[in-house]
Amino acid sequence: MTEPTIFDLSVPGRKGVTFPEPDVPEIALPEAFLREDLPIPEMSEMDAVRHFSSLSQKNYAIDLGFYPLGSCTMKYNPKVNEVTSRLPGFASVHPLQPIESVQGSLYLMYELQNMLAEIAGFAGVTLMPAAGAQGELTGTLIIKKYHADRGDHQRTRMLIPDSAHGTNPASSAMLGLDIVPLPSDERGNVNLDALRELCDDRLAGLMLTNPNTLGLFDENVVEVIKIVHEAGGLVYGDGANMNALLGVFRPGDVGIDVLHFNLHKTFSTPHGGGGPGSGPVAVQKHLLPFLPDPVVGIINEGDDDEAPLYGFIHPEKSIGRVKTFYGHFGVLVRAYTYISMLGQEGLRDAAEKAVLNANYLQEKLKGTYTLPYDRVCMHEFVLEGRWKDVPDIHALDIAKRLMDYKFHPPTNYFPLIVPEALMIEPTETENKETLDRFVDVMLKIAEEARTNPQLLKDAPHNTPIRRADELKAARDLMLCCSSGLE
Amino acid sequence: MLVPQEIKYQKTDEWVKIVNGVATIGITDYAQDALSDVVFVEFAIDPDDEVSAGDSLATIESVKAAAEVVFPVSGKVLEVNQTVIDTPETLNSSPYEEGWLVKVQVADESEMDSLLDAAAYDAYCKER
Amino acid sequence: MFTPHTKNDVEVMLKSIGAEKIEDLFKVIPEQFRYPDLSLAPRLTEMEAVAELENIASANGTTKDFLSFLGAGAYDHYIPAAVDNLLQRGEFYTAYTPYQPEISQGTLQAIFEFQSLICRLTGMDVSNASHYDGATAAAEAVILATGHFRNKRKKVLLSRALNPQYRQTIRTYMQTDETLQILGDDAETGTNIKNLIAQIDNDTALVMVQYPDFFGRIIDYKELIETAHAHGALVAMAVNPTALGLLTPPGDLGADIALGEGQPLGIPLSFGGPWLGFFAVKNALLRKIAGRLVGETTDVEGKLAYVLTLTAREQHIRREKASSNICSNQGLMTLAATIYLSVLGKHGFKQVSNLCYQKAHYAAEQIASIDGFEVMFPETPFFHEFVVKCEQPVDELLEHLLEHDIFGGYKLENDYPELQNCFMLAVTEKISREDIDYLCDVLGEVDHD
Repeated sequence: MTEPTIFDLSVPGRKGVTFPEPDVPEIALPEAFLREDLPIPEMSEMDAVRHFSSLSQKNYAIDLGFYPLGSCTMKYNPKVNEVTSRLPGFASVHPLQPIESVQGSLYLMYELQNMLAEIAGFAGVTLMPAAGAQGELTGTLIIKKYHADRGDHQRTRMLIPDSAHGTNPASSAMLGLDIVPLPSDERGNVNLDALRELCDDRLAGLMLTNPNTLGLFDENVVEVIKIVHEAGGLVYGDGANMNALLGVFRPGDVGIDVLHFNLHKTFSTPHGGGGPGSGPVAVQKHLLPFLPDPVVGIINEGDDDEAPLYGFIHPEKSIGRVKTFYGHFGVLVRAYTYISMLGQEGLRDAAEKAVLNANYLQEKLKGTYTLPYDRVCMHEFVLEGRWKDVPDIHALDIAKRLMDYKFHPPTNYFPLIVPEALMIEPTETENKETLDRFVDVMLKIAEEARTNPQLLKDAPHNTPIRRADELKAARDLMLCCSSGLE
Repeated sequence: MLVPQEIKYQKTDEWVKIVNGVATIGITDYAQDALSDVVFVEFAIDPDDEVSAGDSLATIESVKAAAEVVFPVSGKVLEVNQTVIDTPETLNSSPYEEGWLVKVQVADESEMDSLLDAAAYDAYCKER
Repeated sequence: MFTPHTKNDVEVMLKSIGAEKIEDLFKVIPEQFRYPDLSLAPRLTEMEAVAELENIASANGTTKDFLSFLGAGAYDHYIPAAVDNLLQRGEFYTAYTPYQPEISQGTLQAIFEFQSLICRLTGMDVSNASHYDGATAAAEAVILATGHFRNKRKKVLLSRALNPQYRQTIRTYMQTDETLQILGDDAETGTNIKNLIAQIDNDTALVMVQYPDFFGRIIDYKELIETAHAHGALVAMAVNPTALGLLTPPGDLGADIALGEGQPLGIPLSFGGPWLGFFAVKNALLRKIAGRLVGETTDVEGKLAYVLTLTAREQHIRREKASSNICSNQGLMTLAATIYLSVLGKHGFKQVSNLCYQKAHYAAEQIASIDGFEVMFPETPFFHEFVVKCEQPVDELLEHLLEHDIFGGYKLENDYPELQNCFMLAVTEKISREDIDYLCDVLGEVDHD
């Protein structure tokens, strides 16, 4: 059923939550600045609650079922995170309070900086970036400023493998870097010959996603980094796929210079229907002076009687501030809670089970769906969503049909180097029965593609809406509700 | 797929036709088909701009894709086609006629020599 | 923790894969780098973790324990119970970006309603699904404007009374564009709008001002907007949404872009985030707007539906040609703002706006009557924030207030050396007359020698 908008539900004169009358003498606002009309809805609190409850029921979510969306790490979001991040001691703290009154927040940030640095093998971490994409922007700015600081202004080329996320080239381009695509070899690794050819004194760096978006750990990672470093470039690590490596491998140990995390992927903080994310950036020692301003540090060591005093430090060659205040603190509390509950043992267990689940699914599906890079995968893998004998069936049709079976589809049409890609990331929190059910459905859909292809073409059948007309949305742009307006 | 004989092409799917030193430039039938329904054309230049071959001309957006259009020849921009701004779908219905993008006063007609003729472009498209 | 695998599951799965042990799956990682020893604390159970986090949280003072007059870009408003209760529905917060419209209509319709609310509050035509916060929204406005003029106009003017953090963030984002000049916010120009207007010329891409400005002042921007438009420049206004319950919206004033921090709309202070940046433009700039947009359409059966639209502008399609790399929005925070405005409605929201205005004016009047305190800019109207000058160093005064359990306000001289001995107070609906009188009592006790 179609749910009316809040504007359709509005009835003039109806009131929701009200506030006390002023307890101070009232004065008039200068007439010239007063608005004439305030066209926002008028509804009762219960009507609003029913409206949003009803909207929620039109969503699919991790809490409802399996969400194997490749590169998004849709793992379970522990409920305890929602409790700790809402503690009044965290939620009701103004960012401009005197530092003596925010020692809890600063301690947590300081510890989280250290935890993340330790997990990935780096010297320091900024928690400021608001999302992975902003982490990338921060990291590439650090690389650019590092070269500029050394007088290497000609280093303007950023190498980006063809399997990379679209944000990699977009982030670099925002900073005026020249994007040079780097091909993959037949095993899905960085093509070393092509890399060597592109490494000269114009090289700013290489953006490496490892495991890459095919779910493959680069077999030559040590060599790749060596080549870039020898040419004077820096290596940026896209940490979107860190879930495969927790407690197993530290990107910093092999010389990655900068790395961003996605706390909303790897560290279980909720995706929230598209945000908020959090994209901390870790750096090696030589890049510490370039971190965003401020970072949290100990400003007074304290002694036996006195606890250390946490505060803000200002890196000397900082790239500057990338957002207001210090980061998505509420998200940081959730990640801190998660890491505290996992410890080294639990982190390694998470990565191992994520990789086990992915390889199990890959093994079960690869006979029915083409697996273009057939080797042990990490936490995700990519299949082709097409068959030669049924050329009309596309990855999109398979994705939509999965919805009829109450599964969220895998990421489709990415990475671009696999035709009709279906990118599957089960995560570690799914049990074997769920994986087996998913396999059964995927095999059944492959069969339906032959016996009743129209079922796929018309899918989904029993969702709140059927396939939407995206051309109409783009042609007859309607981005704002006009209901109730003159 | 339509590949008119009398005009020249480049591998990035632009066509160009010169009459009296004025080049008319657009995208090919192959390009509009690959993009599918065009919803927006954003020009990267204004009339009177001096441009070189290889410079960005426009971005064409469909529902699911975006394509960069680059100048096949150098010169001075005389006119951009308001029709494709107002009704972007013209690029789908008439890529070689009403759907042209810009007219350019060509600086050096010999640049045309490095472009593909219809047969070569046709063969190139069939390989893809 | 959180992994459901039994020993038997693992064995069966490994057998199916053809591996003997899980470690075999990681052989591709060079051996000397495999399984590093991490120096992390031993893991905690849920019960222990909650206790630990409660302990850490207890080391903070909060706006519940202290009487807070802190503002400067973040405001302590009352958040109705319904907001957080609805946010905690797993269907909302454990969903991903709504790329599959058939199973994301809840998120999509909520964003569509958010976009509509922002348009109505600001008087603009089109709102996106949000940026990270007010500062990044401000930076995106600069990117939009320079791109709009295809980098031909090389000057951006920022008001000195624009939030200093917004100005810093803009400079961070634009630092690699060496030909772009960001001007107007130097001490010499000062905070008098006339001096900013004088700098607008035909090379100016954008003028950005704040409304109410960083000091809470309600400035008449009519002349500035007219001058900017006469020179073909765009005008962006950073606005406080709460003030828009009363004030003429930026769209009606002629702004081309309205942006701001959405935190006052039902989002906890949470030590600085996550909040939300709203961003709205006039129709002429519709195609230049970065970030997600939700549009209305129909499904194959003709049923009303919502989808992400104009996605071909975005990074996952345009890659290095995209004007912004943003690939998220503040999804859950936009939902909070949408629920907040819905449950308050026109009446409740106007009440909040008016309460802030009235209480702030009472506070300013009371403080002005205390010996040794002066309210600055007395001729200029203000909304719910104002600047006070005292006779002693601000740090000493704030320390004195802190001893009486008051967060007294924000010291200005670090950002504005010309405002020595000045601090800024914000007053929201949560502050009572009694609270203000208590503040004044404490201020009155201050030793002026």
